[in-house]
Amino acid sequence: MAFTSFSDFLAMGGYSFYVWLAYGVSLLSVITLISHSVLTRKKIFKQVAQRLQREKRIKAANNREHNL
Amino acid sequence: MLKWLHPYAKAEHSYALAGKLMPWFLILTIPSFLVGIVWGLAFAPADYQQGDSFRIIYIHVPAAMMAMAAYSTMAIAAFVGLVWQVRLAEMAVAATAPIGAVYTFIALFTGAAWGKPMWGAWWVWDARLTSELILLFVYMGIIALYNAFSDKVLAGRAASILTLVGVINLPIIHFSVVWWNTLHQGATITKFEQPSIATEMLIPLLMMIFSFATFLGFMILYRFRNELLQREQHRAWVVKLVQAKQRG
Amino acid sequence: MFNVFIQVVRQDLLAAFRHQSAILNPIWFFIIVVTLFPLGLGTDPTLLSRIAPGVIWVAALLAALLSFERLFKDDYIDGSLEQMMLSPYPLAWLVSAKVLAHWLLTSLPILIISPLLAIFLSLQIDAFYALSLTLLIGTPILSLLGAIGVALTVGLRKGGILLSLIMLPLSIPILIFSTMAVEAAASGQDYLGFVLLLAAMLVGAITLAPFAIAAALRVSIS
Repeated sequence: MAFTSFSDFLAMGGYSFYVWLAYGVSLLSVITLISHSVLTRKKIFKQVAQRLQREKRIKAANNREHNL
Repeated sequence: MLKWLHPYAKAEHSYALAGKLMPWFLILTIPSFLVGIVWGLAFAPADYQQGDSFRIIYIHVPAAMMAMAAYSTMAIAAFVGLVWQVRLAEMAVAATAPIGAVYTFIALFTGAAWGKPMWGAWWVWDARLTSELILLFVYMGIIALYNAFSDKVLAGRAASILTLVGVINLPIIHFSVVWWNTLHQGATITKFEQPSIATEMLIPLLMMIFSFATFLGFMILYRFRNELLQREQHRAWVVKLVQAKQRG
Repeated sequence: MFNVFIQVVRQDLLAAFRHQSAILNPIWFFIIVVTLFPLGLGTDPTLLSRIAPGVIWVAALLAALLSFERLFKDDYIDGSLEQMMLSPYPLAWLVSAKVLAHWLLTSLPILIISPLLAIFLSLQIDAFYALSLTLLIGTPILSLLGAIGVALTVGLRKGGILLSLIMLPLSIPILIFSTMAVEAAASGQDYLGFVLLLAAMLVGAITLAPFAIAAALRVSIS
């Protein structure tokens, strides 16, 4: 253990601002990357689901017309 | 090897294969990341010259290394894609570029945050930082080119060509920047270049490099699957997948 | 084979001479950009001669960038690019002829008027020789690199800014080596090494770039 107490750990030997800034921004950018990837995946699924729904509706409407 | 696979089955199989591999990469990433970061931040001894500010090394160096590795991955994928006309490889190029750009950005930012206490300035025209910046420009160019095409098949091929042009250029850029730097800055800053690093500092660094590498693999697979879904969204296997998800 | 090359060059030159503004505009742009620097930074001759190589090179880069869009655009619109692809001659060969014509039309005039700008920026005579030499060797590399970018973006509606995004980072080594050569010359040192490096890059670009341009055009046109 390089630090004696937790507050000592947070202080980072006087470099707390730089160290935590670097770690914080890195974490933030990785989180942005992950959420972008997850959102893209969800968007594709939603797109396909909406298209399927639309196709189903069109088919149903066609059938109704046919029955009339 | 891929020829015997049915062209439509290829995408579906790759999707499944990528899905099977993904958890393994995650299993490798998480423990090495946790151990590496706790060890690096709290247990590794402080550097006798730089104090605790050197702990930025545990993200700066892995990010910089893996930013280069991501580009090499893209270059290999682009080569395979263009020479053997493997579309999946071109998708891998498109999937990797944003991850490489984020890693490059992390390397740049942490380099600046490390430079401020060490050099007294957020930015110095250090050879390594400068070529890192140019690498970021190249990544952004590839991403912008890929996004500019509405036809993603063409986009993948264009991005692959640009990746290969870049891979020939990047060593020249790096070399020229190093030379330019040594001519313009009388005394080069060698604080980053420690002749030897203590074992207690090195092991967490290696663990962080490992976890950045496996995370890169994980993200490539994830985004590769996204690319596949996007391009094959009219195929039956994607429809089946979506329906299965709706029911489940 | 060689006749075709010359024919393509001649055709392009003739077509360009019919629209003279297309040739003249980048040159005026180049002169104006260079003029802006003394106006913005003051007229101290030592300062000007120190920044001159960088200014002239950056201006040449931007002027080249402006003119690139024309390189394949007209041929893309009127379909002669497609004709080129169908011709029995290798596309890379024909494309090199087009790049050569483009270089003759845009970079050669810049080279010719560079003495004027050297006077504007109070550049010493030794530095000026080095500058002309680097322009002579460096601008063809720029044209080849730019042609790759144009070939990639010619099919896109808004290719202009994208072209600069993908091309400028790749042209950094040329800028660095050229300005270092001029600086070395200005301080009375030997600058042949930098010029030879540029020449090596030119040889590499001439051998590799045409294939990249041809591949990029195939993507843009399909």
